[in-house]
Amino acid sequence: MSKSEVHTSEDQVNASRRSFIGKTAALTTAAIAPGLFLHTSAGARDPSQAVTDKVRWGMLIDTNKCADGCTECVSACNKENGLPDHGRPASDPQWIRKVKLRDNLTGRETNLPMLCQHCEHPPCVDVCPTGASFKRADGIVMVDRHVCIGCRYCMMACPYKARSFIHETITEKPTHAPRGKGCVESCTLCVHRLDRGETTTACAEACPHQAILFGDLNDPNSELAQRLKSEPSRQIRADLQLNTGVRYTSI
Amino acid sequence: MKKMYFREWAIESPKYWGILAFLGLFIGAAALSVLYMEHEGHYVTGMNNQVVWGTPHVFAVFLIVAASGALNVASIGSVFGVKLYKPLAPLSGLLAIMLLVGGLLVLVLDLGRPDRLLVAMTTYNFKSIFAWNIYLYTGFMVIVAAYLFTMMERKANQYTQQMGLLAFVWRLALTTGTGSIFGFLVARQAYDAAIMAPMFIIMSFSYGLAFFLLMLIYTFKAEGRPLGDMILHRLKNLLGVFIAAVLFFTIVYHLTNLYVTENHALESFILVSGGGYTLAFWVFEVFLGGLLPLAILFHPALGINRNWIVGAALLVLLGGLAKIFVIIIGGQAFPMALFPGQTVIESSFGDGINGQAAQYMASLPEVLLGFGGVALAIAGTLVAVRLLKFLPRALDDESLDTQVAKH
Ligand code: SF4
Ligand code: SF4
Repeated sequence: MSKSEVHTSEDQVNASRRSFIGKTAALTTAAIAPGLFLHTSAGARDPSQAVTDKVRWGMLIDTNKCADGCTECVSACNKENGLPDHGRPASDPQWIRKVKLRDNLTGRETNLPMLCQHCEHPPCVDVCPTGASFKRADGIVMVDRHVCIGCRYCMMACPYKARSFIHETITEKPTHAPRGKGCVESCTLCVHRLDRGETTTACAEACPHQAILFGDLNDPNSELAQRLKSEPSRQIRADLQLNTGVRYTSI
Repeated sequence: MKKMYFREWAIESPKYWGILAFLGLFIGAAALSVLYMEHEGHYVTGMNNQVVWGTPHVFAVFLIVAASGALNVASIGSVFGVKLYKPLAPLSGLLAIMLLVGGLLVLVLDLGRPDRLLVAMTTYNFKSIFAWNIYLYTGFMVIVAAYLFTMMERKANQYTQQMGLLAFVWRLALTTGTGSIFGFLVARQAYDAAIMAPMFIIMSFSYGLAFFLLMLIYTFKAEGRPLGDMILHRLKNLLGVFIAAVLFFTIVYHLTNLYVTENHALESFILVSGGGYTLAFWVFEVFLGGLLPLAILFHPALGINRNWIVGAALLVLLGGLAKIFVIIIGGQAFPMALFPGQTVIESSFGDGINGQAAQYMASLPEVLLGFGGVALAIAGTLVAVRLLKFLPRALDDESLDTQVAKH
């Protein structure tokens, strides 16, 4: 498929860009107090270009394609973001998880990945006492790990149980995903990739069945917007009117 | 005008230090628990990513709610002008502050990053009811402290009534704020109810008064200060009324939930099939914490016996903890309705597989932290009454009679 070829060449370009930015970021961290790092990295996507609301990142998840028993997206996310596995599923962080459902009436089974839905009106941001939970102009909902006090109110408020509290000391810390014990985190839509100019997330890239389509909801020409226009899709818990950035087909 | 005299709490030193040392054991155990939990991380507690608020929150909310209720006695005296209650006002205000300090400390020490408290105090998100509560709490302490000052400093006496009124209004806001923390969680079925805020107010009346009664009886008895039946019986009758009101609100809360079909599963979880939560509800909250103390307090013989009154007040506190446990932890354990009409049959994140509740088992350090907060509130109160004139010299029927008559 020609599409995958395009991806490869893009990836090569990005790989070199990534290593360059990695070095710059490392230098910046060394020079400035660590507390300032997050702000630097958030602005570092491309100095000439600020995060704008012209873009709204989102996803369409095709549950018909999502395969029973497959956890490629989950593994890719864990690897990309360095999520630890202590063998304690109740308290280990999970940014994306596989859920299998059975319809109570028809018995039809559905598989889908569940993750932060990047709500337009995120309850987690509303309740956060310190403002550590925030929504970027491009629709990505994140936690500023330098301001989060670990009160977990956002976890109580999120209708999708999308967030994890870091229950244990962190040993592995990727530079692009600074994190620490006692704070809350959730899916960032691989913001570090997007800020480097890449256009997809680790999970979408890893899905062997193309069940996850990532893109710009605001760009009418994007494949995402096109498919959302032509195919029926829905938001989970649409009754809450959060206008989620992640949509699902065939639930 | 004859003045009611106040005096420091003058029990013998060894006894005083003995009590403080005893309470210190609990406070020390709590401190060790905090060090342990913060060092290891929260995985050593019963809390996890499904039940994110555990036993410390039960204690913290309980103490904070009780704090505003403890101020009631003072309000009845200064705001509603019931003279009989006026001598009790200083202790009432003091206890309110101390309970709040105890509760907040438990809350703060359970944060993932208690070291960032300064961040919490300086960075606000004004949309967050949690952030509003930080103001409500600090404001409460300042106002009640000022109120105490107007009571205890003769020159400031003329402002007591106004300060009392302000403190009263503030305490209503404070409990509404605490209740609203839950009322605003639209995603969680158990909390998404407007009745939460008024229910918390009435709960605070009950738990605060129970605490107050216990402290009053204890401090007076330990020192041999006269405490008459007249005042005691009024207070215990009032407690009875509050207990009944809490029961009433509990019934209304569950009935309104039962009226809405989508809440039936939640209700049957709490009321019938929830295991520990069902047990906590019926046995501890309703029976031991409600019906039994109600029966004791209004029983013609038991209701006038001091030991039984103490027992009833302790039961109210036990029931209060159980009630908040059911609300906070039961409400989280019950799976959220993510996919109406569908059953989750597989998930690695405990999404209520086949309707199963999330697991939570209170751990020892959490419980110790909670009791540490209670011990701190009591110890703080005892130290203050020892150092300053909070307790009236006598509350026997005779001196109260002359006091009320003379005013
Ligand atoms: S899904 Fe949850 S964590 Fe993500 S934006 Fe919405 S409320 Fe916040
Ligand atoms: S845990 Fe952190 S991000 Fe969540 S509400 Fe509290 S301070 Fe905000």
